[in-house]
Amino acid sequence: MNASLSADQKIGLYRLMVRIRRFEERSLRAYQAKKIGGFLHLYIGQEAVAVGCCSLMGKDDHVITAYRDHGHAIAVGMELNPLMAELYGKVTGCSKGKGGSMHFFDPSRNYWGGHGIVGGQVPLGAGLAYGLKYKGLKGACMTFMGDGAVNQGAVHEAYNLAALWDLPVIFVIENNGYSMGTSQARSSAGDLARRAEGYGMAWGVCDGHDLYEVRAFMAPFLEKARQQCKPAVVEIRTYRYRGHSVADPDNTYRAKAEIEEYRRTKDPIQVFQNLLIAEKVLDEAAVEKIDAEARAEADVSADFAEASPFPTAADLQKDVYWESDNPSKRTSEGRLFFN
Amino acid sequence: MPVLQYREAIRQALAEELTRDPNVVVLGEEVAQFHGAYKVTEGLLEKFGPKRIVDTPISEAGFIGMGLGASMLGVRPVIELMFWSFYSVAFDQILNNAANVRYMSGGQINCPIVIRGPANGGTNVGATHSHTTENVLAHHPGVKVVVPSTAYDAKGLLKSAIRDNDPVFFLENTILYGDKGEVPADDYLIPLGKADVKRVGTDLTIVSYGRAVIQSLAAANLLQQEHNISVEVVDLRSIRPLDIDTVLSSVRKTHRVLVVEEQKPFCGVGAQLAYMIQSEAFDDLDGPIARLSTIDAPAIYSPPAEAEQLPNPQRILKAAIEALA
Amino acid sequence: MANIIEMPKLSDTMTVGTLVKWLKKEGDAVKTGDMLAEVETDKATMELESFFDGTLLSIFVKAGSQVPLGAALCAIGKPGEKVDAPASAAPQAAAPASKAPAAPPTPAPAAAEAKPAPAPKAATPTPAAAPAPAPAPESGERQKISPLARKLAAEKGVNTAGISGSGPGGRIVRVDILAAPAGGAGKKGAPAVAYAGTAKGPVQEDKVVPVSNIRGIIAKRLVESKTQIPHFYLDVEVDAGPLLELRAQLNTALEKEGVKLSVNDFVLKASAEALRRVPAVNCSWEETAIRHHPAAHVSFAVAIEDGLITPVIRDAHLKTLFAISTEAKSLGKRARDKKLAPAEFTGGTFCVSNLGMMGIDRFSAIINPPNAAILAVGATVRKPVVKGDQVVIGQRMTLTLSVDHRVVDGAVGATFLSALRELLEKPALLLL
Repeated sequence: MNASLSADQKIGLYRLMVRIRRFEERSLRAYQAKKIGGFLHLYIGQEAVAVGCCSLMGKDDHVITAYRDHGHAIAVGMELNPLMAELYGKVTGCSKGKGGSMHFFDPSRNYWGGHGIVGGQVPLGAGLAYGLKYKGLKGACMTFMGDGAVNQGAVHEAYNLAALWDLPVIFVIENNGYSMGTSQARSSAGDLARRAEGYGMAWGVCDGHDLYEVRAFMAPFLEKARQQCKPAVVEIRTYRYRGHSVADPDNTYRAKAEIEEYRRTKDPIQVFQNLLIAEKVLDEAAVEKIDAEARAEADVSADFAEASPFPTAADLQKDVYWESDNPSKRTSEGRLFFN
Repeated sequence: MPVLQYREAIRQALAEELTRDPNVVVLGEEVAQFHGAYKVTEGLLEKFGPKRIVDTPISEAGFIGMGLGASMLGVRPVIELMFWSFYSVAFDQILNNAANVRYMSGGQINCPIVIRGPANGGTNVGATHSHTTENVLAHHPGVKVVVPSTAYDAKGLLKSAIRDNDPVFFLENTILYGDKGEVPADDYLIPLGKADVKRVGTDLTIVSYGRAVIQSLAAANLLQQEHNISVEVVDLRSIRPLDIDTVLSSVRKTHRVLVVEEQKPFCGVGAQLAYMIQSEAFDDLDGPIARLSTIDAPAIYSPPAEAEQLPNPQRILKAAIEALA
Repeated sequence: MANIIEMPKLSDTMTVGTLVKWLKKEGDAVKTGDMLAEVETDKATMELESFFDGTLLSIFVKAGSQVPLGAALCAIGKPGEKVDAPASAAPQAAAPASKAPAAPPTPAPAAAEAKPAPAPKAATPTPAAAPAPAPAPESGERQKISPLARKLAAEKGVNTAGISGSGPGGRIVRVDILAAPAGGAGKKGAPAVAYAGTAKGPVQEDKVVPVSNIRGIIAKRLVESKTQIPHFYLDVEVDAGPLLELRAQLNTALEKEGVKLSVNDFVLKASAEALRRVPAVNCSWEETAIRHHPAAHVSFAVAIEDGLITPVIRDAHLKTLFAISTEAKSLGKRARDKKLAPAEFTGGTFCVSNLGMMGIDRFSAIINPPNAAILAVGATVRKPVVKGDQVVIGQRMTLTLSVDHRVVDGAVGATFLSALRELLEKPALLLL
C-alpha cells in the first residue's frame, strides 16, 4: 500500500498534514481575534487519520464526517481560501458563509460535509453507500464519527441497515479519547468497534499516529467494501491537542502532561517526518520550506477571508429551495417564503 | 373515466413514476411483502422487484437518513412512514438534515426525497398515533408539504412531488384511503402550491385541507339546505408552497371566512392563514376570521369523544353560522 | 513593528476577560506556543497563548484587571522596538451590513389629533374635526365597524357616526352600510332635549347617549385648549351703524345679482385685514418658537348637527368682501351637508365665532389651537349711546377677543382689536 507511493506522493501527504495543522492554528488565532463566530472544533493532532484515509479514495469513493471537519476538507483537496472565508462568514466561503466551521462541503470532491448533530451524519453515510450500490458503482463511503457518537441511536440504526443490506460503507470511529469532556471510559460500555460483531460486521482497530499504518490498515476494508459491498466498523485511535472546541478549557478532564506526552512521542506530523527523513525523501531544509509555505498559505487565506465581503440580506433566502434557486425550472406555484 | 380509491390513486402514481424514472425507489416498513400497512403499495413488489420496493427494519432515523444520503447522489427515494406520528424519532434527519443540507452547503446539494404516509386522527388509535404534523413540517424553510383530500388530487400531487427536486412531505389520511373518485388513467400532474375551489359559493369562504375539506363539503350542503347559506370551499392542497391568492380571491368575494383544520390550535396552519388573510384582505373582511380546529388536548381514545374532538360537519355548521354574525 | 496582543475571544459567548496572572514578565523571551497569561472568561479560566516569537516588551494591563475583548494586553517584538501606546479598544470585527430596523411608524393622526402645542414641524393646524365620511375615531367611544363596512362607507359617503350596527356587540357591518342612505346617517345618538319633561308613565329614566365621534373630538380638543392655553379676554363695543348702512346699500344695489352680504362677511373681511395690519396675532405657539403665518386664513364656526365645524377661507386678506361672502356661504352649506374635505376645515390661522344671530349679546370663545386668538361676535343691539353730550339710540355690536397670552400680550391684542374696530366702524375701508 505504502511501498507503491512515489517520493512526491509521500511528500504530498506530508505537506497535506502540515497544511492542515497550520490552517487550524491560523483559524484559532482568527477566532480569538473575533473574526470567527460560533463553534470551532480543531483537528490538531489527528491529521494522519484524515490524510491517511482520504489518500486511499478512488473516483467513486465518498467521505462524510461530523463537525471536526477541517482536516477532511483539506485532505480531499479543498483550497484554503474558501475554507477560511467560510469560517469568517464571508460570501466567498465554500458554503457562501451559510454553514460555518461545522459545514464544509464539496460534492465535486465527493465530500459531503461537515455535520453538527452528533451521529446525525451516520445514516447519511449509509445512504451514500446505498446510492453507490443502487447505481452499480464500485465505490465505498467512509463515514467518520467521533468516539462520542457511537452511542447515538441513529448510528446503531445505520449499522443495522449497512449489515442487513450489505452497504459499501466503512464506519470510521476517530477515537481521540474524549467525547467533549467525557472520556471513553466514562461514556461507553465495551469496546467501540467491537460492537460491530453484534451486527455481523467486520471490524478493526489501529493507531492513528502513523500515516503509513493508517493507510495499510484501511486499504483492505475499503477494497472489500467496493468489491463485495461489505461494510465494516473501524476504530482509529488518535488524539487531539486542543479542547473539544476552542471554548473548552480542557483542564477539567485531562492533565497537561498527557497532552505533552502525546506531542512528544506520537505527533503524527513528527512521526511521518521522521519516517520520511529516514527514507531520505525529506531533509531539514525541505521540512522548513514546507512549514514556511504552509504558514504563508494559511496567512494568505486569512487575508483573503478578511478582504471578502459578507453575505447581504438579499442572500438570506437563496439556497433554501432548489426550485427558488432555479426559477426558470420551477413547476410549483404559490408562496415558498412567509416573511 | 376510471373510479379509484384514494389509496389506489397513490399506488398508480407510484407505479407510473417507478416506471418513468429508474432512480425512484420505494422504501418503508411493510411496503413490499406485506403489501403495505394500509395496502397502498399492494402489488408493487411483484411488478418492480425488491430493488425498487424495499422493506426496511423499524428504524426511521436510520432509513430516512439513509434515503437522504442516497438522494444526494441522485437516487429519488419515496419513503413511507407508517404514520407521520413516527416522524419524531427521525426528527433530526427530517428537519435538520433534509431541510438544511442545501442551505448549509451554500446550494451545492439538493435532496429530492419524498416522505409519505398518513397523518390523521379519527381512528381511535390514541395520542401517539394521531398527529397531524403539517404545521411542524411547514415551519421549516427548505421543505415542501402537501395534503391531498381526494383521489384525483393525490395522484397528480404525488407525481409532482416525486419529480420535485426539493424534499417533499406528503400527508395522507387513513380514513380517506377508501374514498373513491374519478382519476384519469393518464399521466397528469397537479403543481404543488395550487389551491382548488372545491365548491363555489357566495356567503362564506371555508378554507381547509385534507379530510377537513370533505367534512366542510358535507357541512356546506347542510348549510345550503337548512339555512340557505351559500358556502365556498377552498382546498389548499399544498401547505408549503402556499396558494394564498386563491384564498384571498375567495375572501374578497364573500367577505367572511372560516378556517377549518384538523390541527390543534396553537401554531396550527390556521394561525398562519389567519395572519395572511387579515394582512392582505383586511378591508374586505366583514367580520373577524373564524377558525375551527381540533379541540386542544392530546388525541383522545374514546371513539365518540374523538369524533367530537375533530372538526365534523355539525361543528363546522355551527362555526359557519357564527362566522356570519 | 511590535505585535500588540489583544484580549482574545476564548469562548463563543465571551465579552470581557479578566487577566488573572501574568506568566511572563517584561523583558522575557517568548516563543510561539508559550503561555503568556491566565485569562478568566465567562466559562472558565484559560491560558493565553502567544502566536509570535520575540521579547515581551510591554505589559499594558495589570493582573486582576477586567478588560473587554480586543483591549491591548501586551506587546511582543524585538528588543528595543518602539511600542505605540495602545489605543482604546481594538477595532471590532465588522458586523455584516444589516438593515436598520425601521422606526415604528407613528400612527397617522386623524384630522382631529393635532396637539395644542405642535412640535416644530410643519404640522397642519386643525381645529375641530369634521365627521368626514369614514374617520378613524381617535377619542371618545371607539366605533365598532368591520373593515369592509368602513371601506364601503367611505366609498358611499355614508356617515357612520349615527349608524346602529347589526353585528355582534353593535358592530357596523356591510349590510348596515348598504341600508344607510348615502351622505346621511341614522338618528341614533341624538342628545335628548333637556329632561323628559312631564313623563306620561310613572317611571322616568335617564337617557344615556353615547358620545359621537364629533362630540368626542370637540370635547377633547377644547379641554386641551382651555387647560393649556392661558386665555385672556379683550372686549370692544363697535358702532355698527355705518356697517349696517353700507351693507344695506350694497345688498339693495346688488340684489339682482343675488348678492346678500351678511354682517359676518364684513367681520371676516375686517378680521383678515386687521391681521394684515397687526400680524403679531397671526401666529402659533410652538413651545420653543413662535410661528408667524404669512397669510390670513380665517375660519368661522358653523353649527352642525351634534357639533360644530370651522371651515377656512384661505388667503382672506387677499380676497374681496364679495369673494369672502360667496365662499363663506358655500362653505357653510357644505359644512351643514357634511361634505367638507379635510383641506377645507384645516389650516386656519384665526377664527371668528358669531352668535349674534342667536341673540347673544356677548361671549368669550375658546381658542382653537394652534391659533393665537379667536373672535367672538355678539348681536347688534339697539341701545342708548353717548354721542357728543347727548344720549341717542345707537347700534352696538360687542366683539370679544380671546387671546393666547404666550404669544400675544395685552397691548398687541388691544392694538389688533382697535384696528378691527376701526375697520368695522369705517367699513368703506373694507371695499378696497
